[in-house]
Amino acid sequence: MKARVTVMLKTGVLDVQGEAVRRALGTLGFEGVEAVRQGKVIELDLAATDRAAAEAEVKAMCEKLLANTVIEKYSVEIA
Amino acid sequence: MKAAVITFPGSNCDRDLAVAFERAGAEVVRVWHKDSALPQGVDVVGVPGGFSFGDYLRCGAIAAQSPIAAAVKAHADRGGYVIGICNGFQVLTEMQLLPGALMRNAGLKFICKPVVLEVATTASAFTEGYGAGQRLTVPVAHHDGNYTVDAETLARIRDEDRIAFRYGDNPNGSMADIAGVLSANRRVLGMMPHPERVVDAAHGGTDGAALFAGLVGKMALA
Repeated sequence: MKARVTVMLKTGVLDVQGEAVRRALGTLGFEGVEAVRQGKVIELDLAATDRAAAEAEVKAMCEKLLANTVIEKYSVEIA
Repeated sequence: MKAAVITFPGSNCDRDLAVAFERAGAEVVRVWHKDSALPQGVDVVGVPGGFSFGDYLRCGAIAAQSPIAAAVKAHADRGGYVIGICNGFQVLTEMQLLPGALMRNAGLKFICKPVVLEVATTASAFTEGYGAGQRLTVPVAHHDGNYTVDAETLARIRDEDRIAFRYGDNPNGSMADIAGVLSANRRVLGMMPHPERVVDAAHGGTDGAALFAGLVGKMALA
């Protein structure tokens, strides 16, 4: 079973890297990019076969390590 | 007075921190990250600067889950003193011993230079050796020192006088110019600048010496 975790900065947390990317896109001539938020995607291969249990376990991993919930939010997709 | 200095893979200020404690009169024990207990009788734990675990995932995130981290947490929960400098500050926020998080510098660049700090409170063992509002020159060397905290927590740490040091000229975008912050019991300090790099005239300055002297003096009296 595979899991995909997406970690993004929480709404309202200033993303200085995303803002730099937005400015660079403007410099390249891509107009109308109003905002860029940068995050990370983490893919996991899991031995688990039970979807609900896998999701619960990956959420626990996010809380403990994969995301810093002081500044980041996460979402989990199980496939 | 006994100080423990932790070493993680990628720590690079551990020896300097040990020397700063020794100069101030402490007995120093070096502790490896895989140890699951601190030596007996440790009064202060120093979490040094560097790039623990290569800054993988997030700065300090993996170190915060290492075996020794649980012992450091237990030490702090018992009312023990802890100082985290630079990467050590990042580790302590990741351990949630201190509020907030250290994000990428607002200017996106790694900053390595002396900065002016203002002593924002003298009400802690770390800062009582300074005068209120005293200005110090202490080097910073970091890419992720942009202190970020939610508005409610920021108001609380201000109300509780827990900002230890502020930048004179904010180099990294930190909220409220915060360079160092204290725990609620004032016994855990995290700061991005490196006081251990200014404890000898040969370093080019000695403004960090009073921090270690104050801390060691406090413990010696206890």
